[in-house]
Amino acid sequence: MNPTRWIQALARRAWALMASGLSIAFILGIVFWGGFNTVMEWTNTEAFCISCHEMNQNVYQEYRNTVHYSNRTGVRAVCSDCHVPKEWGPKMLRKLYASNELLHHFLGTIDTPAKFEAKRATLAQNEWRRMKANNSRECRNCHDFSFFDYTGQAARSARQHQQGLDSGQTCIDCHKGIAHCLLAVDQRIGHARPQAVPDGVLHPD
Amino acid sequence: MKRVLYQTALGLLVGLLTAMPAAAADGPASVKSLRDAPVAGDEQTAGHYRQELDAGATLPRDFVQQPPLVPHATSNYTVTLNFNKCLDCHGWARAQATQSPKISVTHFRDALGRELSSVSPSRYFCHQCHVPQSDAKPLVDNTFQRVPGLN
Repeated sequence: MNPTRWIQALARRAWALMASGLSIAFILGIVFWGGFNTVMEWTNTEAFCISCHEMNQNVYQEYRNTVHYSNRTGVRAVCSDCHVPKEWGPKMLRKLYASNELLHHFLGTIDTPAKFEAKRATLAQNEWRRMKANNSRECRNCHDFSFFDYTGQAARSARQHQQGLDSGQTCIDCHKGIAHCLLAVDQRIGHARPQAVPDGVLHPD
Repeated sequence: MKRVLYQTALGLLVGLLTAMPAAAADGPASVKSLRDAPVAGDEQTAGHYRQELDAGATLPRDFVQQPPLVPHATSNYTVTLNFNKCLDCHGWARAQATQSPKISVTHFRDALGRELSSVSPSRYFCHQCHVPQSDAKPLVDNTFQRVPGLN
């Protein structure tokens, strides 16, 4: 065989191989990435969260009484809006951490209201720590204080918001227990309650 | 055999006819709602929900020993076994940070008049005495006047 013709044939074959390989990879990429994203979005729905009875019987029932569930205009924040970051990287990390939640679902760690109540202080403080560390990032997806119109807020709110933001506080520093019931807090009423957390936990200075 | 079947069917029919009107009469008319409204009757319309007043300042009192009124909305403030939202601002530990009026020292006394070192649990349910307001006009004219000392 003439070496020049052989090289030409090889080049043609390589081009054909590369073109078909690339197009197959492109189509597979769309299918897999689309599928991955669809599943990821589906695990972010309220219906998915409350398909576990731990969520349905405990936190969901409490959330139903709050303004993030039902309000004047019907704009809602569902579970994932507050508990799953919107940005891709942090979202993937949070989804990885969720494997721990799956483990405890199968271990039955909080499968009764009594067990959940016993763990409430720990669980709530985990979430507060997360929100404090990321400067209440999930709140700010909707509530961006750079766009606050203080004239539209009640006098008390306007005062407190400006004071808090000026002193470098973040949403979760004050707005705890707004979507779920609060844990037992010792507010110095009657006898001291040993099982209650001190109110300094609620208002760190 | 045929006769037995015929008699059974007839018996059942008679039984059904005699029992049915009684059961029907015993139905919806005697069942009442918690508010004593007959279930079968027209549904009562919901009362008008009034917007809570956010006055932004303390409200005047109308008689001596009147519990101070709540001059702000409280609809999302809950008082539960675990947590009292009112005391989160009006408790002595929190009043300065939130610039709120402190809970009165009279609330540090138990039912027998003994002084306690913290808020009495019998004062836990703030809304029993301290109530939020709405802009409701008096339904009938009246001549009530505030006592002179409070004017």
